[in-house]
Amino acid sequence: MRPMAQIAMVMNLDKCIGCHTCSVTCKQTWTNRRGMEYVWFNNVETRPGQGYPRRYEDQEKWRGGWELNRRGALKLKAGGRLHKLAGIFSNPKLPEIKDYYEPWTYDYRNLTDAPLGDDYPVARPVSSLDGKPMKIGWSSNWDDNLAGAPAYGDLDPMVERTRQQASEKVKFAFEQTFMFYLPRICEHCLNPSCVASCPSGAMYKRAEDGIVLVDQDQCRGWRMCVTGCPYKKVYFNHATGKAEKCTLCYPRIEVGLPTVCSETCVGRLRYLGVILYDADRVTAAASVREEKDLYEAQLGVFLDPEDPAVRQACERAGIPHDWIEAARRSPVHALISRYRVALPLHPEYRTMPMVWYIPPLSPVVDALTGTGHDGEDALNLFGAIDTLRIPLEYLAEMFTAGDTGPVRASLDKLAAMRSHMRALNLGDVPDPAIASAVGMRPHEIEEMYRLLAIAKYEERYVIPTAAVGDARRLEESALPAGCSLDYDGGPGMGGDGPFGQDSGRRQLPLVSVENFHLLRKRQTSDHADDA
Amino acid sequence: MTTLLWGALPYIAFALLVAGLVWRYRYDKYGWTTRSSQVYESRLLSIASPCFHYGILFVLAGHLVGLFVPMSWTHALGVSEHTYHLFSLYGGTAAGVLTVLGILLLVYRRRTRSPVFRATTANDKVMYVVLLAAIVLGMTAKLTHPSGDGYNYRETIAPWARSLFTLRPRTQLMAGVPVLYQVHAVIGMLLIAFVPYSRLVHMFSAPVPYLFRPYIVYRTRDPKQLGPRPERRGWERLGS
Repeated sequence: MRPMAQIAMVMNLDKCIGCHTCSVTCKQTWTNRRGMEYVWFNNVETRPGQGYPRRYEDQEKWRGGWELNRRGALKLKAGGRLHKLAGIFSNPKLPEIKDYYEPWTYDYRNLTDAPLGDDYPVARPVSSLDGKPMKIGWSSNWDDNLAGAPAYGDLDPMVERTRQQASEKVKFAFEQTFMFYLPRICEHCLNPSCVASCPSGAMYKRAEDGIVLVDQDQCRGWRMCVTGCPYKKVYFNHATGKAEKCTLCYPRIEVGLPTVCSETCVGRLRYLGVILYDADRVTAAASVREEKDLYEAQLGVFLDPEDPAVRQACERAGIPHDWIEAARRSPVHALISRYRVALPLHPEYRTMPMVWYIPPLSPVVDALTGTGHDGEDALNLFGAIDTLRIPLEYLAEMFTAGDTGPVRASLDKLAAMRSHMRALNLGDVPDPAIASAVGMRPHEIEEMYRLLAIAKYEERYVIPTAAVGDARRLEESALPAGCSLDYDGGPGMGGDGPFGQDSGRRQLPLVSVENFHLLRKRQTSDHADDA
Repeated sequence: MTTLLWGALPYIAFALLVAGLVWRYRYDKYGWTTRSSQVYESRLLSIASPCFHYGILFVLAGHLVGLFVPMSWTHALGVSEHTYHLFSLYGGTAAGVLTVLGILLLVYRRRTRSPVFRATTANDKVMYVVLLAAIVLGMTAKLTHPSGDGYNYRETIAPWARSLFTLRPRTQLMAGVPVLYQVHAVIGMLLIAFVPYSRLVHMFSAPVPYLFRPYIVYRTRDPKQLGPRPERRGWERLGS
């Protein structure tokens, strides 16, 4: 056993109102730069829909993720190492920027500078790529709220797959359709195919918290990661020629703060916490032959932080004590492993994603209420979940490689919770049969309800800090693993760059408060005596 | 002049190459990239870029063989001068044509596809001129001496090139070389000197270690970087 810790996320899709606050705050924080106009580390898709970039889930076209070779071993779907290097001069499977959308701005100046005339001046859209006026034809949320679904809806790769398997059709007629929102960030996978695709070795998974990052100094812009990621969450910065991706806001995570998308989520639907897993079992779990078994296989990789043997192994592996404690309180662990209501997004890509989703019950409840039935009666709901096959099968294509079993089990638990809690709220005695029908006990249902409905900030985000993890090292010196005199301009051995003090890499200036005041006094004083 | 061109210039070019690489590695790792424009335009690139790159790799191999395998070695293997000449003529021309077609298509693409053209810097333009000149002049020099056994550069240019490494350059060998070959060699040296200062630097990051490393890379946090750092290139705010 080789235990490792990972910061993982769960999103409760029932609560997503599709407001895009997460996308916008993320954009403002991370990607409001030239070259990154089209980049959305976080985006919210309306499903059914094509997603962003368009039809990214069609892996027969984009070749993202892993597949099994004839011997049953994992192999990058876009080709092995030699194949990759042979095709390095022009990546054959790279989405063009127009597969995302052509970024644009508006000619705002015209509004104030236009000469006097008969027409009102307008701000024409101007392409950010070539600076010419353009016609806007697509963007990251063109099909928001099923906009244009009668025309575009059939292009959703998951709709196509559901159709192949079900005799009924996913309907886009207004009365018959269903819809939910899917916020997506980088999955920070346990078996990341982007990392495996990087020829330069610039992409890596951080050992402490499992965050997948791109080393900007090592990236050489070969673009293989963009192809390798089946979720298309690595983007190419066309101004700098380097790959960039969601960082899980690691500067915030390191100090115990939730990611920007979680922090600003209006629906409070995101949960962050530690998951302990066995790194030795990842490859075996990702190479399970049957795609439908991948969900269970990934659950098998996770370790139970309540198990004393696991805790001991974690201590031995150098995982800090407060991380192990955080894993015990982790809401993510509870939703994934204890209650088993959260499911991975597209486990069939074999990357072992670590952002999981609680499937939405609302399409079912809405359909049920629409027919005049009681949408919160457990038996009605159980029945409806079975009858409304299309939403169920669609969800199964997204979360369990087409196996409706786990999706139904998760939805049943949510339905039981609704029914159980309604009885409590109305002062009735809840029927224990409802809880036992989904394999839970009444107090478990109430705990799950607390986590899903009223969990406060500290319960939703249980993030151990990097600093406490580093504490032992920090005890030794304020400057770990380095000479305390070796700072910029200091008396240490670091010294200046070859072309004077300003050359070379600038390091963080470390100045004590006393020195700072002395220096400032000397620099700003009018008297020679002070100097 | 002879001493300057054939005795000094090679060393200056080499010094600029090495110094440039060291400088670039130390101070501009962030700018060390292919600066690919494939996200703007993929269709033409998918033909032109492999054509050019495979062509130029073959040309490079040809130059290495031509300059650094002495005549006596090939004679010892029983390869006659005529055979060698034909091999170098046809092989070299094939690779050259591939390269030239590739780079012409690349230049055409760069000029006509407006997002690509807009992403082209002045440095890129100079680079294209020098690169194109070196390739075209090399081809011309070779093809203007095709008759018989052609111009035997293995008795003049190649020994001179090898003598550079012994630090006793035999500059007089280059005095009688046809002008076209001389110009090609000078431009070639300029190109070598220019490599680290242009996007051509990406040739030194050929990702060969990829063949040998494990697929999944783990790294631990850098303990030296626990605080914020100054704003860096590529992370400037939009509109400033």
